Amino acid sequence: MNGVTARRSRAQGWFTNWEYYVMLLPGLAFFLVFKYVPMFGIIMAFQDYSPFQGVTGSQWVGFKHFSVMFAYDGFWRLLRNTLLISFYNIVFFFPAPIIIALMLNELRREWFKKTVQTIIYLPHFISWVVVGSITFFLLNPENGFINQMIAHNGGSTINFLSDPDWFRTLILSQNIWKEVGWGTIIFLAALAGVDPQLYEASVMDGAGRMRQLWHITLPAMKSTIVILFILRLGSVLDVGFEQIFLMLNDLVYEVGDVFETYVFREGLSGGRFSFGVAVGVFKSVIGLVLIMGANWLAKKAGEEGIY
Amino acid sequence: MRIGETWGSKLLGIVNVILLLILSSCTLFPFIYILATSLAPIEQVLRGGIILWPERLSWDAYEAILFNDNFVRSIYVTLMVTVIGTLTNLILTAFMAYPLSKKGLGGRGFILFLVLFSMLFGGGMIPTYILVKSVGLLNSMWSLILPGAISAFNLIILKNFFQSIPEELEEAARIDGCRNFGVLFKIVLPLSMPALATFTLFYAVGNWNQFFNAVLYITKPSLWTVQVFLRQMIFQGSTQDLIGQAGVISGVEIIPTTIQMAAIVVSTVPILIVYPFLQKHFAQGVMLGSVKG
Repeated sequence: MNGVTARRSRAQGWFTNWEYYVMLLPGLAFFLVFKYVPMFGIIMAFQDYSPFQGVTGSQWVGFKHFSVMFAYDGFWRLLRNTLLISFYNIVFFFPAPIIIALMLNELRREWFKKTVQTIIYLPHFISWVVVGSITFFLLNPENGFINQMIAHNGGSTINFLSDPDWFRTLILSQNIWKEVGWGTIIFLAALAGVDPQLYEASVMDGAGRMRQLWHITLPAMKSTIVILFILRLGSVLDVGFEQIFLMLNDLVYEVGDVFETYVFREGLSGGRFSFGVAVGVFKSVIGLVLIMGANWLAKKAGEEGIY
Repeated sequence: MRIGETWGSKLLGIVNVILLLILSSCTLFPFIYILATSLAPIEQVLRGGIILWPERLSWDAYEAILFNDNFVRSIYVTLMVTVIGTLTNLILTAFMAYPLSKKGLGGRGFILFLVLFSMLFGGGMIPTYILVKSVGLLNSMWSLILPGAISAFNLIILKNFFQSIPEELEEAARIDGCRNFGVLFKIVLPLSMPALATFTLFYAVGNWNQFFNAVLYITKPSLWTVQVFLRQMIFQGSTQDLIGQAGVISGVEIIPTTIQMAAIVVSTVPILIVYPFLQKHFAQGVMLGSVKG
């Protein structure tokens, strides 16, 4: 009897909720078509895909493209470049928003804090094309601002844009300029949650600014810092692809070529579709494993994961 | 200043303010440099040297870029993509987020899993390109709208926001005879205005700034977005070039720096105009996701 009632109420639920399912339909169709259909495209990595025969008609070749990939020097170069750019970002970019948030938190004058925030959030909304263009205007060897400054002071100009030694620094600097301010938001939110009474009590106990920072402010941010750091480690293969694509040129491939730029150039433009997909699949699978590992680690550390 | 503060602590406060002023200046400097050069007369630019301020205001560069048909067309295309795209983004996201905020809905867990998994794993560039090509969207404005129609991240944040709206409000509307669509439009969406404002900004900026999709899916110069136009104009003559796509402004003619910078200013101003209006919602918008459910 109970089973029947439950079934009837569930059927009734489906029926009275039909409007909910109508609302869901367009979005669900989007995810299935534009996210899940391409996932099945991954089987191309195990074929010799030809645009004329399509995914259904192309010949199966098993792991051929993967063995070619692992034996290919260029592939290891991609991996090295990606990891190094990520490493630069973790070491030099990651701590910056934390420090700036702490500095903003020390400000007493609300209007000054608001003004600084307005200014440093701004670059987040600028496109990478514009950031790349500005970089070009500032750094190009003919009439770039920085090089004119160098020349003005009697130095010799540096070709920042095509010197492999400068490429990673360039990418890192762009990233810092564009995203550091925006990155402070999440830490400022963590700081806003601190009970002001804690500071008042600590003043009673004779604590100075440094002691407040160490015993109240930093502990309040700890959990945000830990989880963002772990997640950052989990996405170590994700480097700003549009940004790098824009700054890349023949002279800096050795240090700047990363997975997506390679897949675009060799796979899509070069017509080596299946090989391109294989390189992409490698990145996606390792990325998935890393992010799941990071999430597991975050939970292990007593934090909430991302899922 | 608080009473009883030590000199060391005061000094620290002053150093802090100075460092933040330096940070703000470094952030603003590129903007000012571009704006100043774009307004400088061409003689000053040709003479070379460091430009920090225009000798006199010259609008020549702006006149040149605003009368360039290719530029104006690219702005028009981008505007269409941004308006239609952002509306599509908002409607699809809100329609999907609302049912997903109902905990008792059958199949909810599975759909949420599909959404979440799509954030962690994807088919990648080539399969997506082949899909867009095979559904006939190449060289169509929709190729810049549909493949990114819903951001899974925004969807989950909005779903959580809807969940935080007290169920009693919706119940009251239902007793008054509203059905689900009515509740969404009359109760839930009006209560979510701050969240929706934030998403409008994020989606609109994303649409306006998107570049790589246009490189992938658009080959007809008449459909170029402003970002592709800028890239063609400014990076032309540098070692890289878009494959199979020749320069856009009449062959290899050298475009004066001032005009290039004026194009940057014109294409960035729309974003800077909406920015202050929506700024107060940022922190809230970013933090919405922290409500788990």
